[in-house]
Amino acid sequence: MADNELIWRIAGGSGDGIASTSQNFAKALMRAGLHVFTHRHYPSRIRGGHTYVEVRASADPVKSRGDGYNFLLALGDSFARNPQDEAYYGNEEIKPLSENLDELREGGVIIYDEGLVDTDDIPDFDERVEENDWHVYPLDLRGLAREQGREVMRNTAGVGATCAITGIKLEWIEELMRDAMPEKILEPNLEILETAYDSVQEEYDTDAPDIDLPEGEHDEDQLLMSGSDAIAYGAIDEGCRFIAGYPMTPWTEVFTIMSKNLPELGGISEQVEDEIAAAALAIGASHAGAKAMSGSSGGGFALMGEPLGLAEMTETPLVLIEAMRAGPSTGMPTKPEQADLEHVLYTSQGDSQRVVFAPGTVQEAYDHARKAFEVAYDYQIPTIVLYDQKLSGELTNVPESHFDRDPNPGMGKTLTEAELEDQPHTDDGQFHRFQHDVEDGVTPRSVPGQKGGRYLATGNEHNPAGHIAEAPDNRIAQMDRRSQKLAAIRENLDSDSLLSEHGPDEADYGILTFGSQQGTVEEAVDRLNDGGTSVKLLTVGELMPYPREQVAEFIESVDEVLVVEMNASAQFRGLTQKELGQYGEKLSSLLKYNGNPFEPREIVEGFETNIVAGEGDSPDHQTKFVPPAEDAGASAAGD
Amino acid sequence: MSAFSAIGEEREIDREEYTPAIEPQPTWCPGCGDFGVLKSLKQALPEVGRSPDETLLVTGIGCSGKLNSYLDSYGFHTIHGRSLPVARAAKLANPDLEVIAAGGDGDGYGIGGNHFMHTARENHDMTYIVFNNEIFGLTKGQTSPTSPKGHKSKTQPHGSAKTPIRPLSLSLTSGASFVARTAAVNPNQARDILAQAMEHDGFAHIDFLTQCPTWNKDARQYVPYTDINESDDYDFDPTDRAEAQRLMRETEDKLYEGEVLTGVYYREDDRPSYGQEKRDIGEMPDEALAERYFDDDYEWERSYDMFIDKHK
Ligand SMILES: Cc1ncc(C[n+]2csc(CCOP(=O)(O)OP(=O)(O)O)c2C)c(N)n1
Ligand code: SF4
Ligand SMILES: [Mg+2]
Repeated sequence: MADNELIWRIAGGSGDGIASTSQNFAKALMRAGLHVFTHRHYPSRIRGGHTYVEVRASADPVKSRGDGYNFLLALGDSFARNPQDEAYYGNEEIKPLSENLDELREGGVIIYDEGLVDTDDIPDFDERVEENDWHVYPLDLRGLAREQGREVMRNTAGVGATCAITGIKLEWIEELMRDAMPEKILEPNLEILETAYDSVQEEYDTDAPDIDLPEGEHDEDQLLMSGSDAIAYGAIDEGCRFIAGYPMTPWTEVFTIMSKNLPELGGISEQVEDEIAAAALAIGASHAGAKAMSGSSGGGFALMGEPLGLAEMTETPLVLIEAMRAGPSTGMPTKPEQADLEHVLYTSQGDSQRVVFAPGTVQEAYDHARKAFEVAYDYQIPTIVLYDQKLSGELTNVPESHFDRDPNPGMGKTLTEAELEDQPHTDDGQFHRFQHDVEDGVTPRSVPGQKGGRYLATGNEHNPAGHIAEAPDNRIAQMDRRSQKLAAIRENLDSDSLLSEHGPDEADYGILTFGSQQGTVEEAVDRLNDGGTSVKLLTVGELMPYPREQVAEFIESVDEVLVVEMNASAQFRGLTQKELGQYGEKLSSLLKYNGNPFEPREIVEGFETNIVAGEGDSPDHQTKFVPPAEDAGASAAGD
Repeated sequence: MSAFSAIGEEREIDREEYTPAIEPQPTWCPGCGDFGVLKSLKQALPEVGRSPDETLLVTGIGCSGKLNSYLDSYGFHTIHGRSLPVARAAKLANPDLEVIAAGGDGDGYGIGGNHFMHTARENHDMTYIVFNNEIFGLTKGQTSPTSPKGHKSKTQPHGSAKTPIRPLSLSLTSGASFVARTAAVNPNQARDILAQAMEHDGFAHIDFLTQCPTWNKDARQYVPYTDINESDDYDFDPTDRAEAQRLMRETEDKLYEGEVLTGVYYREDDRPSYGQEKRDIGEMPDEALAERYFDDDYEWERSYDMFIDKHK
């Protein structure tokens, strides 16, 4: 194994502590100067079922999961058998080993827990080891852990063994354990880490596999963060101090982080009865003068459709997060997908409007969350940050300096009482909250409790004082004014673009993508260019109002464009065609909807086969190629 | 200094302040019970000393939701069934406001029933008025959750097969700390009950019987009525939950037998409101959150200073 990167996969049962072990491992490598990226895979249940996390580490920046992996720590599934409750799950306990073999690279390393896993139960195991030149280290991890009194510590034993084989310094791990673990479990963990390390060194010739642990150094301090962390911090730095929500994977992550942190900031978090209430609470708090948010995943977001329209019609600033997972319906709750795009763009009745952001990286998650608040409060319109299970859970290192920013508690055109006095009022003192002719369509707002600011906010069409009114001229004036906002927001976004380009300035081909695919596609683009294919990438992070000019310019500048997205109906390509009204013949799609994010090689192969060679077939059955279609109609799926 | 100078002003308030100078044309039918709610509310608000600029009236959709058009205050006319979640968040963001939610029986006991249950259990400090006309008024007379069993309407041509909901019992069981019923035909009692409800520190639910002469022609005008707190026939202590429960059941049954009982059924004055409970566990600031955004001296916290160490 002479890879210049380590992709370490730790596999076990759900509930075996895989997540925290892998997080600590990633952080230790980050502290040691490496770039890291984690990818997790887990089923939607608490106990039992096979789960893994990959930690990819390299001297160069890593933005994506890799192609397969090269180091497996198979713990066995300790929850697979539960004789007390007479619950048996067949031979589940070997799955952390047996189910992870397909993606292990040639020359890769396997450590497995011989206390739990018997390789005789795995068909052709020895033959496969031979064929693939794998290096196998059976270790009684469970036994080691039992000696120290706690079976869950077999994770730590596995990490110790990993260090012995890869040359990762034990002190990196120890330092991290000291920071992360409570006193009473620290000592036995340190002990087991060393015992495992020593026993591997004694038992095996650890020089055998040719593992060059990459060495690196960061030029500035780094943080290990997920997209969900970054969204929460972006919201906090924009002065958001109110959140209402109802748990749903993966949205729960942002909700949890906010709920944990808000009390310290004098903020308020509310877990409520359902998502209709959650969105309505955010609206109520915003109306009363707080910066507020809510959010959900697909199903919960569906319940928010009507409140979303209410916020738009009453011009109440509102920020919602939509953390996508694989649908339809309950779908695959813990798997990533980007199939809620149209749902988010078009839900809610009438000509309702909203602004939609789609961050592609952890840094962007922070930036977009901030922008979402800024736009919502400056333009009094609902904004949505659309991301997914992938960006939500991936951890990666980001420069600390990115977060060293000034807070912005500003509320746009929200008036003080002194300012209110100069505003138009009706004779009886009712404030004209919804004036017809104002710059950018944004009309100043008052807040309940302010003297002289009272008005009616209503989801019905209304006159300047807010009262229900159906006269045609007023209707046109109000509709036109509200519609003006999107154009103004487009101009604002153009001056401070969230679009991200990658690759050479000039190229023969283009790839277009949105949201969380960014890092993986960037890696694929680098490889394509290294291999002599001239291709550049545009990742679109602003989906509504759509950056028509920039995308059109990009498409014009290349011969052909492949649109990469994680859904089955090519929704982003459909949006692009609808917004631009042309270029249909230039856009083809590479889609993936099997529940796993793209690997870089899938995009490289898809591009080479379909675009460069023009064969028009999917290179493997896990992705799907859809050739160009006519422009007519909004459906771009080509059938 | 407060950014909201309308709040806590010590001054006499005239009930006419609540009448819009340019009164919109009424959309309520002649004889509609909704007029009675408006009238008693306009009397009760000055009585408790709250002015239009410190009052937020949050309504649902229905004939009842039009209340905002005739009561001049801060208002939020929301969507069908959702007045409560909007109202309670406004109260959390600015507890100094007088927050009143209002809507119909369909709005509150049907489509918004889940919010009713939860707002009651959480005991938010607000007043909730349900205009109970035992019918869907605005959509032209369909059966509502409080329509009597057997009630015929266009959507239940053979008469409703459903037993009506028990609004008072539901409220009590859910956790409301003040439960009353009054009727539009009794404006003096209504005013008193509304004033008590607003002064009550917790969730005060008033089932307000409002006759709908247009769609509920066979329905009672809710006369004659008996005030259980006044009548000698009822020796009754509204702080006694068991008694309240029994009398609520009786009241709900008797309504459908043609006898109208009204009054304050239950009050629990020593139970802390939700805002207090949240403050006690450190999950809500002492000063109204809404004030902070107007405070130029406030030092806004940064995630960089507070939370990123654990990512290092
Ligand atoms: C989500 C939704 N469903 C249905 C309606 C139609 N609708 C408006 S008011 C109403 C019922 C009104 O009955 P009630 O709440 O008792 O109020 P009332 O008119 O009797 O005061 C209905 C069904 C709506 N506006 N929104
Ligand atoms: S329909 Fe009934 S409830 Fe509606 S305004 Fe007329 S009388 Fe009142
Ligand atoms: Mg009704």
